Amino acid sequence: MTKEEQIAALRSEPWRETLRKSMKNKERTDIPRVHMNELDATYRSHNKEEVNTGLTAEQAQQEAKRCLDCPNPTCMEGCPVSINIPTFIKNIERGEFLEAARTLKETSALPAVCGRVCPQEKQCESRCIYTLKLKKEAVGIGNLERFAADFERESGNISVPEVAASNGIKIAVVGSGPAGLSFAGDMVKRGYDVTVFEALHEIGGVLKYGIPEFRLPNHIVDVEIEALRLMGVKFVLNCIIGKTISYEDMHTDGYKGIFAASGAGLPNFMDIPGENLIGVMSSNEYLTRVNLMDAANPETDTPVLQGKNVAVIGGGNTAMDSVRTARRLGAERAIIVYRRSEEEMPARLEEVKHAKEEGIEFLTLHNPIEYIGNERGRVVQMKLQKMELGEADASGRRRPIAIEGAIETLDIDEVIVSVGVSPNPLIPRAFQGLEVTRWGTIIVNEESMQSALPDVFAGGDIVRGGATVILAMGDGRKAAAAMNDYLQSK
Amino acid sequence: MNKIVSKEHFSENVIKLEVEAPLIARARKAGHFVMVKVGKTGERIPLTIAAADTVKGTITLVIQTVGGSSKKLCALNEGDYITDLVGPLGEATHIENFGTVVCAGGGVGVAPLLPIVEALHKAGNRVIVVLAARSKDLVILENQMKANADEVIVMTDDGTYGTKGLVTNGVESVINREKVDMCVTIGPAIMMKFVSLLTKKYEIPTVASLNTIMVDGTGMCGACRITVGGKTKFVCVDGPEFDAHQVDFDEMILRLGAYKEIEKKD
Ligand SMILES: Cc1cc2nc3c(=O)[nH]c(=O)nc-3n(C[C@H](O)[C@H](O)[C@H](O)COP(=O)(O)OP(=O)(O)OC[C@H]3O[C@@H](n4cnc5c(N)ncnc54)[C@H](O)[C@@H]3O)c2cc1C
Ligand code: FES
Repeated sequence: MTKEEQIAALRSEPWRETLRKSMKNKERTDIPRVHMNELDATYRSHNKEEVNTGLTAEQAQQEAKRCLDCPNPTCMEGCPVSINIPTFIKNIERGEFLEAARTLKETSALPAVCGRVCPQEKQCESRCIYTLKLKKEAVGIGNLERFAADFERESGNISVPEVAASNGIKIAVVGSGPAGLSFAGDMVKRGYDVTVFEALHEIGGVLKYGIPEFRLPNHIVDVEIEALRLMGVKFVLNCIIGKTISYEDMHTDGYKGIFAASGAGLPNFMDIPGENLIGVMSSNEYLTRVNLMDAANPETDTPVLQGKNVAVIGGGNTAMDSVRTARRLGAERAIIVYRRSEEEMPARLEEVKHAKEEGIEFLTLHNPIEYIGNERGRVVQMKLQKMELGEADASGRRRPIAIEGAIETLDIDEVIVSVGVSPNPLIPRAFQGLEVTRWGTIIVNEESMQSALPDVFAGGDIVRGGATVILAMGDGRKAAAAMNDYLQSK
Repeated sequence: MNKIVSKEHFSENVIKLEVEAPLIARARKAGHFVMVKVGKTGERIPLTIAAADTVKGTITLVIQTVGGSSKKLCALNEGDYITDLVGPLGEATHIENFGTVVCAGGGVGVAPLLPIVEALHKAGNRVIVVLAARSKDLVILENQMKANADEVIVMTDDGTYGTKGLVTNGVESVINREKVDMCVTIGPAIMMKFVSLLTKKYEIPTVASLNTIMVDGTGMCGACRITVGGKTKFVCVDGPEFDAHQVDFDEMILRLGAYKEIEKKD
């Protein structure tokens, strides 16, 4: 059966036909979108409680009714892993929440995570018929995904996927971010003996050290990790592939396939004067201190600067996470400084909305050109170049151009630089024979994720540069299928 | 979790721990370091691997108690476990036969200097070690150095042992006496700065091993960044050793004080 036929077959199941006919399309499209429940902005900006509190079952079913169960579900084309979106949503509508969760898990390894952090407005929801044709707010696909995944977890009826009998073949995974975790899950299901090696002392990659608790609570990630453990995946922490164990050692130890999912860990700086002053740091440093090391908690040993006037440079998710964290750590002014306009910001819409509600200031069309320090080497001011938008560049976004002579200064006592990351160079350096691009990303065959070394497959940010959780997961799945084929054909 | 198999006091504030870490013992080279975290709420701190035993599968760490984190580590005893230990990190020391090498170490820098002295000596260099301390009871590893060096010169600030004077006086006395091809210095930033200024005057290539603040130690955060020859470098992945004459020590000294004012409870 082709994918289209499969979608059609599921759609024509009797229960689904009946459900479709139970309400007129006009009635469905008249229902306004159900909005996510969230904590009060003033309250939440002083603690790390999760901002979104989820939909109730009634709200979820109401929202699910809006979905027209289209014969040609374009939303699925917007999903990097082609989740069967109408099937899971119609299951919610009819109250079969566990079945909805099961549908999600067929294609997504971490639905509770993706429901929270995917840029849905750029993916599935941008291809929803409500957006494309009806010019109304899209069906809340992300919110519904989260609802189904949370329902399953909270019900205690988590379905642990079936695992094939062991084939005894050893597989190593480098890195425990979303790419590594989804790969590990798919390989263990196929009967492989999977070990995940993680450089840090926690499993989860960016999900743990980067994305804050108020957006993605650690316990949500831990449940997924626990499920992998139950399926037989082994985790080795504090082990750096290429340092603690070399590529050659892995062969000696009997690993037949390696999946490199080491992420894009290297923070970019802008190379402007004063960037090494005290108080200027990368978002990776700031978020690692607060999230991985829990530095804001007086009971821990790791310190973190808690500035009163904090500028965060950048307009991506990492910038939003940093600025909202600074607010929570007591910043009176927490400011996003971004060189383009709000329209070009790569951050998820919801993060921008939440940030504004929490009193974050947005200084768009400004670009830092220098930081100024005091006699103790601490940053006290920044110089900003005002910008305007010119022609569109290769990325399709309008290029920011400096307005000559328009320079401002701003008093600040902490700067968090969030202008992107580069691939972690450890693996490319340690694995002789890997091919890399000039940005340092590993070159793979796009279909199979296989690298120039036949036993090494790669995916996630180490292949794409800074990308998204869902793409990283999708790579993990693709690589697992291809590595399985490769090993079985040997 | 890594077990401590032995513990020894070198002086009141300097402790040697031998820790089970077979993979690290196998992979490490002179100049490498590890990140250590004690307890669930502990901080990640870098420590140089002073020695390794591949047969026993252990590495040796020499710790001087300075802040809360090193105290926590030093409070552990034989049989206890270190919660998290990862390595070996950094680039290994570049070892070759340079000729005559002066190795100048002070304070916390003496322990990480030992494996470098050993390796240089093995490579056929004439190795002269200058050990500096405030006073006699703070002089450590003198015997271990003697076993691996052609000469050990001890300098104390107060003259209670060896020669009275600073590490730079010791280094300069060697330079005045014989041809020195290379210098390695490890110690407090201010000490390395002055050693570097001295050897620059005599145009002797000098390597300094830098102990900046670190968080992950794997190149992920940039907390360890410094300026070398006008360019920003990450000490944990590009170093820890750099051409001392190119290092902006003044900036490094300021950056080391970044958290002085918010040092948490001990
Ligand atoms: C603050 C922040 C917010 C983000 N928000 C979003 C969002 O809202 N939505 C979204 O879709 N995406 C978001 N992203 C991007 C997303 O997190 C990444 O694209 C995704 O995590 C990449 O997954 P990965 O598995 O490739 O790598 P990572 O998650 O980076 O994991 C790589 C892991 O490998 C480990 N590692 C590296 N080298 C080695 C080695 N040699 N040996 C052993 N282990 C190693 C690392 O320690 C790390 O744990 C965000 C990123 C950040 C930093
Ligand atoms: S310690 Fe984080 S990059 Fe060096």
